[in-house]
Amino acid sequence: MAVVEAVDLRRTYRTSTGTFRRRTLEVEAVRGVSFEIREGELFGLLGPNGAGKTTTIKMLITLLIPTSGTARVLGHDVVKDAREVRKRIGYVFGGDRGLYERLSALDNLRYFAELYAVDPARQKRRIAELLELVGLTGRERERVEGYSRGMRQRLHIARGLLHDPPVVFLDEPTIGVDPVGARELRATIESLKDAGKTVLLTTHYMFEADALCDRVAVIARGRILAEGTPDDLKATVADRTVVEIEAYGVSEAAVERLRRVPGVESVAVEEREHAQLLLVQSPQGLELTRALLQEVDGEVGRVAAREPTLEDAYVALVTER
Amino acid sequence: MTYLRIFWTGWFFQLKNLTRSGLFVFTSLVEPLIISTLSFYMFKAGHRPGTLFYAALGAGVLGIWSSTLFGSGGAISWQRWQGTLELLVAAPPPLIAIVVPLAIATSTIGMYSLTATLLWGKFAFGIPFHLVHPLLFAVAVPAAVVGLGLFGLLIASTFVLYRAANALANMLEFPIALVCGVMVPLSILPGWSNPIGWVLAPTWGVRAIKRAALGGDAVTPILMCVGLGAVYVVLGAYFIRIMERRAMQRATLSLT
Repeated sequence: MAVVEAVDLRRTYRTSTGTFRRRTLEVEAVRGVSFEIREGELFGLLGPNGAGKTTTIKMLITLLIPTSGTARVLGHDVVKDAREVRKRIGYVFGGDRGLYERLSALDNLRYFAELYAVDPARQKRRIAELLELVGLTGRERERVEGYSRGMRQRLHIARGLLHDPPVVFLDEPTIGVDPVGARELRATIESLKDAGKTVLLTTHYMFEADALCDRVAVIARGRILAEGTPDDLKATVADRTVVEIEAYGVSEAAVERLRRVPGVESVAVEEREHAQLLLVQSPQGLELTRALLQEVDGEVGRVAAREPTLEDAYVALVTER
Repeated sequence: MTYLRIFWTGWFFQLKNLTRSGLFVFTSLVEPLIISTLSFYMFKAGHRPGTLFYAALGAGVLGIWSSTLFGSGGAISWQRWQGTLELLVAAPPPLIAIVVPLAIATSTIGMYSLTATLLWGKFAFGIPFHLVHPLLFAVAVPAAVVGLGLFGLLIASTFVLYRAANALANMLEFPIALVCGVMVPLSILPGWSNPIGWVLAPTWGVRAIKRAALGGDAVTPILMCVGLGAVYVVLGAYFIRIMERRAMQRATLSLT
C-alpha cells in the first residue's frame, strides 16, 4: 500500500506587479506531479531551486491547498482530512527559522509535545530520547538563539519526531549545515529509515540522495522528469563519460561554444571559490578533451575524465529536457 | 482536558517567550508611565480632587490594552517572521486553540503596565492606593485581562491572512481606548459612540477595575467582560478558520 500518494498535483501562485497599474501574474510552480511512496521507504525528491519541491511537500503536509489534483497520506486526503494527516506526520524544514529563539530547546520541545498530544507521562522520557538521538543532550537548557545552524537543524528533527510519526517529511534538512554537521544529520536520517519510518526527503545534494534514498524522483520546472532507484538514474548516463575542467574566468559565450561541440550531451558549470568547474558529458569512447579545451577562454587548471555519478544523471535530466 | 492542557502550556510558553523580549517588556513598562504622567497632570490641572486614582487605573488599563494590541496584532506577524506560524497551523489542534493562549499571554503582560502605573502613581505622585472592594478587584483584573486578550484574538484572527496587518493594530490603539472610556468617562463622549463601546471588552474591563477600586457595581462589568470574551472566541474561531483556509490558498503562511 502506498503511504504517500500524489496524483496529478498542480499548484499555481498568483502574484502582482506594478504600483499604479497592477498586473496579476500566474506562476505554475507544480504542473501535474504524481508519485507514490511505499511503507518504510526513503524517497528523495531532487531538483534545483524553484523546481517545485517545497511546494509539493507543503501540499502533502496540508500547508498549501493544491490548485488541482489529489494527495493522500496513509489513506487520508490532505485537504479533506487535514487534521488526520497532521496527527500522523512529522516534518522538518531546512534553514534556521521555525524555532522560538528566546527559549530553550527544552521549552520548544515541551510546547510542541503538548500540541502533538504526547502523553504527559511519556513526554519527559520521549524528549530525553530525542535529544540523545540528535546529539543535543546537555545543551537542552540553553537558549536556541545561541545554537549553531547544525544544532538548530537537529532540534528541528527532534521536534518533528516528538509524536513518533510513521511518516516524516524532510525539506532540505542539511542546507547550510557544515560538512561534519551534515554528516551527523544524514546518520540521523538513516536511523529514521532503520526505525521503519516512511520518509520523503527533498534535497539538491546528489551524494546525499545517493547515500540515503531507496528511490528518487527528479523534479524540474514543476514536473517530474524521472523516477527510479539511484542506480536506475545512474544507468541513464552509464554510456557517457564526464570530463571535468577546472578553469578560471570562463565566459558565458565559451560555455555556449562548449555546448555546441559535436558529441557534447550537456555542460554544467559549478562555481567554486575562485574557479569554475565545467562538467561536460559526452558518449563513452568519444575523445573530446582537445576540442573542449580549444573552446575554453579562461585559464585552465586540472582536467580529468571519470565515470558518471547520480549528480551527472541529474544534471543531464535537468539541463537536457 | 487536552485543550485545557494546550491552553495552560501555551499560555505559559508564550508568556515566557514575551517576557524574554526586552522591547516588549520595555514598551509595556515605559509607555504607561508616560501616559500616566500626562494624565496625572491633566487631571491635576482640572482641579478635581479624588480623580488621580481614577486616572492611574485608566492609564494602567490602557497599558493592558496597548500590550494586547501590540502583542496580539504583532503575534501573528512575529510567528510568520520567525517561521513558526506554519508549524502552528500544521499542528493537529485547531488554530484557535493555539492562538487563544497566545492572545491572553499578551494581555497578561499588560499586568506589568497596571502594576507599574499604580506604583508610579503612589511613589511619584503620592496617589493613595486604596481599594473599596479588594476581592472584586482581584477578580476584575484577570477578567479584564481575559476580555481584552480575547478581543485581541478577534483582531489577530484577521492577521493570519495579511502580512502587514500589524500596521493596522497601531492605528486602533487610541480610538478604541477613547471609545471604551479607558482614559475619560463615557459620559463626556457623544452619545452615538456609546453603543460601539458596549460591544468592546475594554469598556467593561476598565469599568470593572475602576468600580472594584473606587466603588460601584463591579460584578456586572466583570460578567460582561467574560461574556463578551466568550463571544469573541466563537467569532475568532470562525474568522480564523476562514482566514487559515484563505492563507493556505494564497500561500501567505510563510515568507518563503
